[in-house]
Amino acid sequence: MGILEELYQELVLTRYKAPKKRGTLPDPTHTGGGKNPACGDQVELYLKVEDGKIAAARYQGEGCAVSQASADLLAEAVEGKTVAEALELAKKFKAMVVEGRPPAPELGDLAALAGVAKLPSRVKCATLAWHALEEALGEGV
Amino acid sequence: MDPRALKKDFPIFEAHPELVFLDSAASSQKPRSVIHALARFYESAYANVHRSSYRLSEAATEAYEAARETLARFLGAQDPREVVFVRNATEGVNLLAHALGGRVGPGDTILVTEMEHHANLVPWQQLAVHTGARIRAVPVTEEGRLDLSAFDQLLAEGPKIVALAHMSNVLGTINPVAEMAKKAKEAGAIVVVDGAQAAPHLPVNVAELGADFYVTSGHKMLGPTGASALWGRLALWRELPPFLTGGGMIERVELEASTFTEPPARFEAGTPPFAEAVALAEAARYLEAVGRDAVLAHDQALTRRALEGLKTIPDLEVFGPEGPDRGGVVSFAFPGLHAHDLATFLAEKQIAVRAGHHCAQPLHQKLGVPATTRASFYLYNTEEDVDRLVEAVAEARRFFKDWIA
Ligand SMILES: Cc1ncc(COP(=O)(O)O)c(C=O)c1O
Repeated sequence: MGILEELYQELVLTRYKAPKKRGTLPDPTHTGGGKNPACGDQVELYLKVEDGKIAAARYQGEGCAVSQASADLLAEAVEGKTVAEALELAKKFKAMVVEGRPPAPELGDLAALAGVAKLPSRVKCATLAWHALEEALGEGV
Repeated sequence: MDPRALKKDFPIFEAHPELVFLDSAASSQKPRSVIHALARFYESAYANVHRSSYRLSEAATEAYEAARETLARFLGAQDPREVVFVRNATEGVNLLAHALGGRVGPGDTILVTEMEHHANLVPWQQLAVHTGARIRAVPVTEEGRLDLSAFDQLLAEGPKIVALAHMSNVLGTINPVAEMAKKAKEAGAIVVVDGAQAAPHLPVNVAELGADFYVTSGHKMLGPTGASALWGRLALWRELPPFLTGGGMIERVELEASTFTEPPARFEAGTPPFAEAVALAEAARYLEAVGRDAVLAHDQALTRRALEGLKTIPDLEVFGPEGPDRGGVVSFAFPGLHAHDLATFLAEKQIAVRAGHHCAQPLHQKLGVPATTRASFYLYNTEEDVDRLVEAVAEARRFFKDWIA
């Protein structure tokens, strides 16, 4: 599989066209945002944390397939996780796309974005939502 | 002009034989003669300029001043003292926005255009913030040209400064600068032209253009990074206060006050990029030897070929005018597909293009797209490069077909 096929596999493609978690929350307890001024990618993340658990996650934003699919997959992945688990997931995601480590099993569908590691100019697109997550949960980037 | 032969002058294409380089509007590649001029200067002629009385320093000073003469000739200036060396186009505009600050007051108008690069917009906005002046902008028409009747109306407001691009870095539009400068000067404005995209590609003659200042970008015209020529009328330079201050630009310094020397030195505080200026002069000579009319004709032929090819691709939106006022820049977008995804696809095919807003966010708002993918052509590009671009964009459409709205 070529790098293009790897990166733009069905999953990323579908999430961009038919996102599952795009939207806002009426009563978020935590929000975070991120922008790539160089390319105009933008993500706003809304979380509802109850008893240390992320009960709901939504995002809004605009930008390339990588940044938006990453946000959609993130929102789905962190729902039901504790804050600590979500932050741990962010570390594993970054290890995969920034350092090029093989995807940790917990990443699940997020492994679809592993190919980004081979495209240095796109890494920032993939991590945008994750920085927003860390900001929202108070772990500054 | 034979681009295949010229390409051999550019070592980058030996290092990357597969590369289809279509990003010269961001920065051009460098011919061997320029790289060697820079290396030779550092290896055998280097000493600080204007400082010392030993032979090496004198020779470096002569080389630096000879570079100024070459750039003056390259731009059609009457007098080499009209050329100030700055780092890049951005520094050139900032210098002017600062030095011209005293001529702008509360309620005054600074007139720009909707197609400006942020480099020729943000410094003027800052000046407006500090002086209470306001920014007005000449609109861009559907075809991607400046709306000249709106320009006439805006001139009636008596702008103190008119700042406009000679050629757009997104649309490729070559603006009728001579005509506009004439009208703007009749209306009493100081006219600043951003020639960052024009100087590398068009025969530029500041005497014929009739503006007051002309900004260029050395690294986009085959020169090294770090040195660019900023032209201005000598009479105006003489009246203006300095931008950066310190060594090299003073006449007499006492503890509490100083007086400043004559231009151009008044505007070149500190050690200037003289080695880079010497190499930039080599770049100017290279362009003169190829022939600047030939460069323009070549860019335009490639642009026509690209436009023809890209127009056959369904769904693709291609921006910018068609005609003799179109230079070698082509921006395009598929609805529903982000420019970065398209650029990544092209990059995997060894085609180097740029994706984003190209430092022209207001223009992209006008075009109604967050970002575009941009191909730009220069003297080392061939028809084959253009054909590979068109083929790859058509292939991208097939690859991303489910996304394209
Ligand atoms: C029209 C225009 N003006 C100004 C600039 C800024 O040039 P520089 O990088 O030399 O500051 C650019 C290049 O990006 C440009 O295209």
